[in-house]
Amino acid sequence: MPRLDVFLQQLINGLSLGGIYALIALGYTMVYGIIELINFAHGDVYTLGTFFSLATLSLLGVSGELHGLPLIGVALLTIFVSMLLCGLSGVIIERLAYRRLRNAPRLAPLITAIGMSFILENIMQYWKGPAPIPVPQFIPNPSFHIGSIDIAAKQILVILLAIVMMVALQLFIYNTRMGKAMRATAQDRDAAQLMGININTTIALTFLIGSALAGAAGFVSGVYYGSTYFFNGFAAGLKAFTAAVLGGIGNLAGAMLGGFLIGLVESMTTQFISDQWSNVVVFSVLVLVLIFRPSGLLGESVPSKV
Amino acid sequence: MAARARSAPLAALKNPRLQAIGLFVLAAILPLAVNNGGFTNFLTDAGAFVLLALGLNIVIGFAGLLDLGYAAFFAIGSYAFAMLSSPQFGIHVPFWAMLFLASGIAALFGILLGAPTLRLRGDYLAIVTLGFGEIVPQTFLNLSQWTGGPNGISSLDQPTFFGYRFGFQVLPYYYVMLALIALAIVVASNLRSSRLGRAWMAIREDELAAAHMGINTTTTKLAAFALGASFSGLAGVAYGAKLQLVSPDQFGFNVSVAVLSMLVLGGMGNIPGVILGSLVISSLDRLILPQLTNFLHDVVAPVFAGSAALHGFFSTIDLANSRFMIYGVILVVMMLFRPEGLLPSRQRAAELHAEDDDPTAAAQEQTMYNKAVT
Repeated sequence: MPRLDVFLQQLINGLSLGGIYALIALGYTMVYGIIELINFAHGDVYTLGTFFSLATLSLLGVSGELHGLPLIGVALLTIFVSMLLCGLSGVIIERLAYRRLRNAPRLAPLITAIGMSFILENIMQYWKGPAPIPVPQFIPNPSFHIGSIDIAAKQILVILLAIVMMVALQLFIYNTRMGKAMRATAQDRDAAQLMGININTTIALTFLIGSALAGAAGFVSGVYYGSTYFFNGFAAGLKAFTAAVLGGIGNLAGAMLGGFLIGLVESMTTQFISDQWSNVVVFSVLVLVLIFRPSGLLGESVPSKV
Repeated sequence: MAARARSAPLAALKNPRLQAIGLFVLAAILPLAVNNGGFTNFLTDAGAFVLLALGLNIVIGFAGLLDLGYAAFFAIGSYAFAMLSSPQFGIHVPFWAMLFLASGIAALFGILLGAPTLRLRGDYLAIVTLGFGEIVPQTFLNLSQWTGGPNGISSLDQPTFFGYRFGFQVLPYYYVMLALIALAIVVASNLRSSRLGRAWMAIREDELAAAHMGINTTTTKLAAFALGASFSGLAGVAYGAKLQLVSPDQFGFNVSVAVLSMLVLGGMGNIPGVILGSLVISSLDRLILPQLTNFLHDVVAPVFAGSAALHGFFSTIDLANSRFMIYGVILVVMMLFRPEGLLPSRQRAAELHAEDDDPTAAAQEQTMYNKAVT
C-alpha cells in the first residue's frame, strides 16, 4: 500500500474514531460551560450507554444481522433507550453529587465527580463482569473500496451520527427558549436567575442533553468496536476531555473539531509510531494544549483566576 | 489536634508530642506482639500508604493543589531504585543512599511537571496531573528494554544495616517504614508551621490575596509539588525493596485515587487525620474486605442453602472487587456531608463551614442566593 493511501485510510479511521470522541466531548464542554465542572463521571456515562444498548438488544432478542425495516426499528429504538437512560443517569448524578456543592470550593465537586466515576465503574463491573463483553453486530457492514482504501458502513454511520447530533444541538441551543436559558446561565448564573430563569432546571437539562449525547456515543461505539468493557470510559473520557479542551472548552463547535482531531492523532500515532504510544501522545497533547493554549483552538480567553 | 479531644487525667497525656511518641512505641511493639508474618506484611504496606498520604497531604492538604497523578512519583521512586540498585544494569547503589537519591529524583520530576503547569487553574491542574499519572506508568511499560516492560524489574538489592542483611523477612522493612513515617511526620509538621507552610495555606485559601501579600505563588506551589513528590520517592524505594519487585501495574490511577480517598476520609491538611484515613482504608482493603468475604462464603452462604440463587450469590461474591465502589462512596459522601474529614484541622473545618456560623459577606451572599433559588 503506498504511503499516501495508508495516510488516507488512517484519515477515515481517525475521523470515525473522532466522531465518538466528539459526541462525548460535547457533554464535557456543555457541563463545563454552564457550571465550570469537569464532569469526571461523563466517560463512564458513555460506557453506560453501551451497556444500556446491550441490555436493549438482548431484551429485543437481537443477536445477528438485521435488514430492512427491523434494522431501522431496532437501531432507532436502541439508540433512543440508550440516550434516554444515559440522560436520566446524568440528571441523577448531578442531583446527588454536584448540586449541593454548587457554591463549595471548586475542587469539592471535582472530587465527588471522581467518586461517581469509580462508583459507576464498579456498578458496571458487577453488572456484566470484569471481562470485555461482545456487542451483537446487528447492522450490516458492507465496505466500499475507493482505490485501495476501505470505508466501512459503520464508519460512515459514526461520522454521520456525530454530525447530525451536532447540528441538532446547535439548532436547539441557538433557536429555542430553553437553549437561550442555557446560554444565559452559562454566561452569568446570577443574572440569569434574576431574569426569571430556573437555573436548577436549566442545569439539569444541560446534564440531560450532554449525557444523552454520551449515550448515543455509547451506542455507536458498541456498533463500531463490537465489544465493550466496564473500564472503557476512563480512557475514552480523558481523550474526549482532551478534545473539548483542544477545541476550546465551553465551545460546541470546538468540541466537535477537537474530537475529530484527537481521533486523527490517535489513528496516526497507531499507524506511524506504535499502538502502545497512542495514549501517551494523546495525553501529551492535553498537557501541551493546557500549558500553551488553555483557551483551545476556538475558545475565547479563559479567566485565569483560581 | 487530637490532643484536644481527649480528656486524660494526666496532663502529660495531653501533650501531642508525647502522644505521638507513645503511638510510635506501640506501633513498634505491635508486630512483635501479634507475631504473624501476614499481619506484619500488611502493616508494612499500610506504612507505605501512610507515607504516600503524608506526601500528598502537603500538595492537596496544605497547598490546596489537586494532584490526581501522585502515583506517578511513587512509580518514579520505585523505578529509580529498581534501575540503580539491582542486577538490571549491574549498578548497586546502597539502599540508604537510594532513599535520598530517589526522593531527589521524584522531587525533580515534581518540579519538571509543576514548572509549566502550576499557573493553570485548579481543575485544569488536576487533569494535567492525571494525564501525567497515566503517561508515567505507560512509559515504564513501553520502554521494555530498560524497565522489563510488563514484567517489571525483580530481585532488587536487599538493604543491609551495619552488616545485617534484611533478607526476605518483612520485619526489618517494617521498622524502616516506621522510621520513614516518623521522619515524614516531623518534616511535614515543621513545614506546616514554617513560613513556607503558612504561605501554602494562604495560597490555598486565596491565591490572589496571597500574591498581593508578596508571596511568590509559583515557587511556593513548586515547593509543595517537589516536597510532596519526594515523600512518595521515599515510599517508592522502601516499598520496592520490601517487595523485591517493581512493575508498571502497581502505579495506576487507582493508587492515586486510593491515596486521595485516604486524605478525604481522614481530613485534608491534618497530619493525624491523614494517618488515620490511610490506616482505615488500608485495613478495609487488606483485612476487613477479605475477612468479610470469607464470612459470607463460610457462614452466610450455607444459611441460604435452600435458595440456589442466594447461595450462589453469597458463595461467589468477592468484596475485594468492591474496593473502587468504597473509594467512590467515600469521596462522594465525605465531600457532601463532611468535607473536612473525620479528624479535621481546625482551620480547614472553619474554612469549609464558613457559611454555617460566620456572618461574613460570603455567608450573606449564600443566603441571598438561597432566597433567590426558592
